[in-house]
Amino acid sequence: MSMVEHKTGRLWLAHPVLSLILAGSWLLLQRSVAPADLLAACVLALVVPRVTAGFIGNGAKLQSVGAVIRLLRIVLWDIVVSNLTVAKIVLNPLRSPTPAWVPVALDITHENGIALLASIITMTPGTVSCVVDQERRRIMVHALDCDDPAAMARDIKARYEQPLKEIFG
Amino acid sequence: MDTVNSAVEIIVSIMLLVGAFFTLVGAIGMVRFRDFFQRLHAPTKATTLGVGGILIASMIHGVAHGRYGIHELLITMFLFITAPVSANLLSKAALHLKVPSGAGHPDVARRTTTGGDSPRKKAKPVRSKGKPAA
Repeated sequence: MSMVEHKTGRLWLAHPVLSLILAGSWLLLQRSVAPADLLAACVLALVVPRVTAGFIGNGAKLQSVGAVIRLLRIVLWDIVVSNLTVAKIVLNPLRSPTPAWVPVALDITHENGIALLASIITMTPGTVSCVVDQERRRIMVHALDCDDPAAMARDIKARYEQPLKEIFG
Repeated sequence: MDTVNSAVEIIVSIMLLVGAFFTLVGAIGMVRFRDFFQRLHAPTKATTLGVGGILIASMIHGVAHGRYGIHELLITMFLFITAPVSANLLSKAALHLKVPSGAGHPDVARRTTTGGDSPRKKAKPVRSKGKPAA
């Protein structure tokens, strides 16, 4: 394989995993493996990564499978817990939330890792990542109900950023 | 003739209720919250446990009827890809337009040490903006 010698953007199969996901998703959406659908899946798997190569960069190499499982467990658990927390805030008529802006300084350098961290923050209820500030290397998070922004930033870094750093290396 | 036992039906019903509950909470939050940025939090609730519960119910139901619940996984994947992006774009636009925020306005142009440096008031000025006429 001469993949390493080429610039990734010029290869048809520069992102094999992405190609697999695209083809697989297409076939699942169509619910068939008819020749026409297989052909369409192949075209998608080849063309989309090539056309978008300029945006998605070089991709990432998975450094630690254990960290992926740990992160998955943490995120799923946090989604359930913070859903309940936010539900309590919403349903309690006597209490109105105290929102705050929480700047989270970033240690992680990989672009895809930063994007994933921002997505995780948004998907856990109670926090939305509003601005990913590449220059100053931080994410500005809006917290629905937060008394101690510094503690929340520490929490986010320990729970999500640390495993992500291990995953992306 | 379906011979799906009642235990499966009960689990499916419970998951549907869980999903419906959190979707409802998200909707109530949309009405109750006081400013744009707080309202951004409502859809993240609805798309995680709200849709999640309904999708799990659908998967269990599908498996019980001899169908694999792979479509539901695709829905989850698409939601997790698209929801953060739209939330991020909405909040960026809101910051750019200086939409009032109960937590004060973060100075994205200047370095801030801690968030929430403004007094936590009840976000009075916001009221003119959002509330739909009752």
